[in-house]
Amino acid sequence: MAITEQIPGAEFIHKLPGGPVVLASTEKIFKWAKSSSLWPLTFGLACCAIEMIAAGASRFDIDRFGAGVFRASPRQCDVMIVAGTISVKMGECVKLLYEQMPEPKYVMALGNCAISGGIFYYDTYSVVKGTESLGIPVDVYIPGCPPRPENLFFGLMKLQEIVRKERHAAK
Amino acid sequence: MRQSKVFELIKLKFPQVSEEDLTKAVIVPQELLPAVANYLKGQDLSFDNLHCITAVDRLERIELVYIFYSFKNRQQAIVKVYLPIDAAEVESLTKFYRSADWFEREVYDLFGVKFLNHPNLARILNPQDWKGYPLRKNYTNPNLIRKP
Ligand code: SF4
Repeated sequence: MAITEQIPGAEFIHKLPGGPVVLASTEKIFKWAKSSSLWPLTFGLACCAIEMIAAGASRFDIDRFGAGVFRASPRQCDVMIVAGTISVKMGECVKLLYEQMPEPKYVMALGNCAISGGIFYYDTYSVVKGTESLGIPVDVYIPGCPPRPENLFFGLMKLQEIVRKERHAAK
Repeated sequence: MRQSKVFELIKLKFPQVSEEDLTKAVIVPQELLPAVANYLKGQDLSFDNLHCITAVDRLERIELVYIFYSFKNRQQAIVKVYLPIDAAEVESLTKFYRSADWFEREVYDLFGVKFLNHPNLARILNPQDWKGYPLRKNYTNPNLIRKP
């Protein structure tokens, strides 16, 4: 029993005479499945992207959270990790990529630059002051310059929590 | 060849040039720049490479800085041109050095110096519809927040 408690979705498994059965509302199962299979976009803007790449490699291994399938097209993704400094010129591109992603979609702002402009907040003409100033809603903010891969995973777990607590499973 | 020797040779040919105290750069009057560049590139000095062009905004004037390099003599020469800030125009060096093309576009993009007879003087880093020249001291932009 101790082992089953650690696996995600353990709360759905009930022990009844004759063996364990899964007992839950389909909505709950659906949300659990969705949160365990996030498809991020292959998309890095600056130094924070290096941390995201490290998170994807074997040492940290983002695949453990079911979010390891980085897709090369926004049309196949549901998470955009904005990893790095958004320059004014790149901002248009970020907006376009966000628009192209199918619903449901989530955005994680990785690093101070993606949150607010970071070290480029003052005296810089070419940097956008964060993802939200582009009009893109952000679900999870991960501070740090750069945040370590562990921080990214913490943010990812927070995102999974958000997905599981959504009002409607088919957002 | 020493830097001072280079200066002497240029001075011999163009008496109007002078030397900047701190940097030992050769200060060339605006209208002489193409001739000096041609001379630098020629047999005597063989500065065959234009390494870099940049600019400094001194509020009352703009200083253009050209760095030439000679692969033969393994030596560099720094040439400066002072331009008035409200009429920053100078002849392009693309005739002599092809590397000048993008350097001049960059200086135009960030400092607003007009290079006459340049084949394609368009912005190179900022978007084409960008307003103003960001590295000028008096540049303002609603997105630019000065550090208090
Ligand atoms: S937050 Fe720091 S590490 Fe991340 S992109 Fe900005 S400057 Fe680079």
